Amino acid sequence: MITSPKTSRATTVKNYQTILLEDVLVMSYQSFYEEVTAMMRDGESYHIVNYFAFQHRLVLKFICIIAIDSNQTLRVFSHELSLKQPLSSYSLPSISAEIYQFHIFEREIWENHGIYFENHPWLKPVRFAFDRANTMKVNDYPFYKIDSEELHEVGVGPIHAGVIEPGHFRFICNGEMVLHLEIQLGWQHRGVEKLYLEKTKLLQRTVLSESIAGDTAVGHACTFVMGIESNAGIKVDTELAIERTIGLELERVAMALFDLSNLNVGTAYQLASSVYGALRTPVINYFQAWCGNRFGKGLIRVGGTHYPLTAELQQRLKKLLYEVEWRSEEMSEKAFNLPSEQSRFEEIGKVTYRQMYLIGAVGQAAKAAGLKRDVRWSHPDITYQSLDFKPVTLSTGDVWARFLLRRLELLQSIGLIRQLLSIHSNISTRPKPRYDDTVNLTPNSLTISINEGWRGEICHTMVTGDEGELIRYKVKDPSLHNWLALALSLRDLEISDFPINNKSYNLSYCGFDL
Amino acid sequence: MIDELKILYHHGKQYIPDPTKAVVPAPFRGRPVISDAQIDTAALVDLCPTGAIEASPAVSLDLGKCVFCGECALLFPDKIRFINDHRLASNERQRLIVKAGMDAPIVLNPELVRAEIRRVFGQSLKLRQISAAGDNSFEAELNACGNVNFDMGRYGIEFVASPRHADGVVITGPISENMAEATEICYRAVPNPKIVVLVGTDAISGGIFTGSRALNRSFLNKYPIDLYVPGNPPHPLTFIQGILDLTRKKFD
Repeated sequence: MITSPKTSRATTVKNYQTILLEDVLVMSYQSFYEEVTAMMRDGESYHIVNYFAFQHRLVLKFICIIAIDSNQTLRVFSHELSLKQPLSSYSLPSISAEIYQFHIFEREIWENHGIYFENHPWLKPVRFAFDRANTMKVNDYPFYKIDSEELHEVGVGPIHAGVIEPGHFRFICNGEMVLHLEIQLGWQHRGVEKLYLEKTKLLQRTVLSESIAGDTAVGHACTFVMGIESNAGIKVDTELAIERTIGLELERVAMALFDLSNLNVGTAYQLASSVYGALRTPVINYFQAWCGNRFGKGLIRVGGTHYPLTAELQQRLKKLLYEVEWRSEEMSEKAFNLPSEQSRFEEIGKVTYRQMYLIGAVGQAAKAAGLKRDVRWSHPDITYQSLDFKPVTLSTGDVWARFLLRRLELLQSIGLIRQLLSIHSNISTRPKPRYDDTVNLTPNSLTISINEGWRGEICHTMVTGDEGELIRYKVKDPSLHNWLALALSLRDLEISDFPINNKSYNLSYCGFDL
Repeated sequence: MIDELKILYHHGKQYIPDPTKAVVPAPFRGRPVISDAQIDTAALVDLCPTGAIEASPAVSLDLGKCVFCGECALLFPDKIRFINDHRLASNERQRLIVKAGMDAPIVLNPELVRAEIRRVFGQSLKLRQISAAGDNSFEAELNACGNVNFDMGRYGIEFVASPRHADGVVITGPISENMAEATEICYRAVPNPKIVVLVGTDAISGGIFTGSRALNRSFLNKYPIDLYVPGNPPHPLTFIQGILDLTRKKFD
């Protein structure tokens, strides 16, 4: 369903709003550059959400989305390049040279379309997508090098020692001390964004959304269906929206327990790792009792659900939350007061508020360093608006802060689910999901859908063509912003501190690689 | 000390006493059962997001392609239902195809199990996991196999850090082009005799990623596959049962 945007120079929209593509004002690159840099220089209530390009008629069209956290809106910018000359012949002044948080998006545009960005500080491939313009091979990534007889390099991956996704980490070390870490990703690239266009059935696209990152199946699926529902003008009832939000929060609970357990694997504190780990089991088993899958795959569908949260399930959920709360707190009281845990986590892997702001970090990584980036607060949907919610922020930005954030967010999510259950009307008839025959996307439209997944801000942006067919589907997992935070954490740290740092971020490889 | 004992007491016994006898409660989507009911088979075939359902000669469902979304059973409940039987693994690709009127457990084909597998790996099996574009739910379930609940280590089955220490590889994900070379290098680094296990629908057929030009699945044509474990992701019990069936002497 289309609503008209407010236009000044850029176009102002709300989260989950659908507008016509032609309503996005096309600027010259120069005015785009000037307006964006002026705005971003201005302050911390702005951050970049997405910036991408796609071929549209006779031009390469760029869409840039910037969030304004202070008034719950988004600014959409657009500029274009003619396809009459080869894209590789274009060269644009880089915004990243001044506003660092653009770095990953300009890299992506350069890699995929061949547009050169002048003075970009770090113009290197992002994920070696199969349809990239850049022809560099995944094994030829140009790592940063230092000519020195004293320093040495350590390379790890793509395959790691544990049961974990692939990525390559290259350390430059002075003895045991890490001077620089560079993270090369792309190994997991499955061509997700193209598959959205190629797999045309709604059910295929929903299943695909659940597979972008299997540990965030509910997060990505919610972002997908809420975008589709906005575009197709489908209203869902309050109860369904509440149940989806319960799913999102329960996913956060499960992953907080996973991370608490995993960080205690890092300190070899067996008791805590077992207790937190064993508490995650009933949470994911609850997902299975609810929808038949331990990761919530199958739960989120367009326009309805096959799995209403019945009165019986609600009772069971209340009991589960009670158990998880007191037992995890019993463990946390012990673990968070142990001197050995404190000395292992405190002051390790520190990133500053300013660093997180400059790189455009989101979600947990940002909040642990005091930067308030949480879509539930800054761009809430109707359900979060009705809840009493304030993001948890901490100030130290070290492994300890990320450890503590998990504990606090776990308790907060339990509280949110209780609030949600209290406003749920207990009517257990939900509409059935919609299929292709009753879902028509708006032609020539643009929809932006943003949710706070457990790691942070997930954004799906869709663009449709003349027949309402998808012509571009852009997925952004929070990990796209946050991997650089891990690299910054490692500076001047012993290389043996890498594993606990990596666990403290627990970023997604496949969400980044797509 | 007292605190810790209290925590331990509350933690209680978490392990499943006998994983080979454990039952996954409904509505877990395990093995499908297809009836002979007359329905609009064209609509059923069209519904499936991964083309796992075929209509002729009789309706069949290929668990190697199924993403277990369960939509077919929800929209055609008289035709297909998923029961909570989690034993889905087999060493023969054909055995993953469930046909109408068939309601028998999925088992291994003993004739295809190489003799050295049981002799060498019957009491101890160390595995190297390769995530070749797995979505991390597959990897999480493999990790869960070794946790305090499922405790696969009790059978001498473990994941190890190096292929040099391993008896085989466990592949998750549809195998991206970017991981194809690393996957092969890792496999070749495992000493003989060795096994290959494909875990999850994505690994077995490509799943929802089938047809993506970002994949390179040529590894699967070059080397023998010893076990297919369907699921999206497979339940830890499905994996444990499949590995036990492959390496232990006893059959159902």
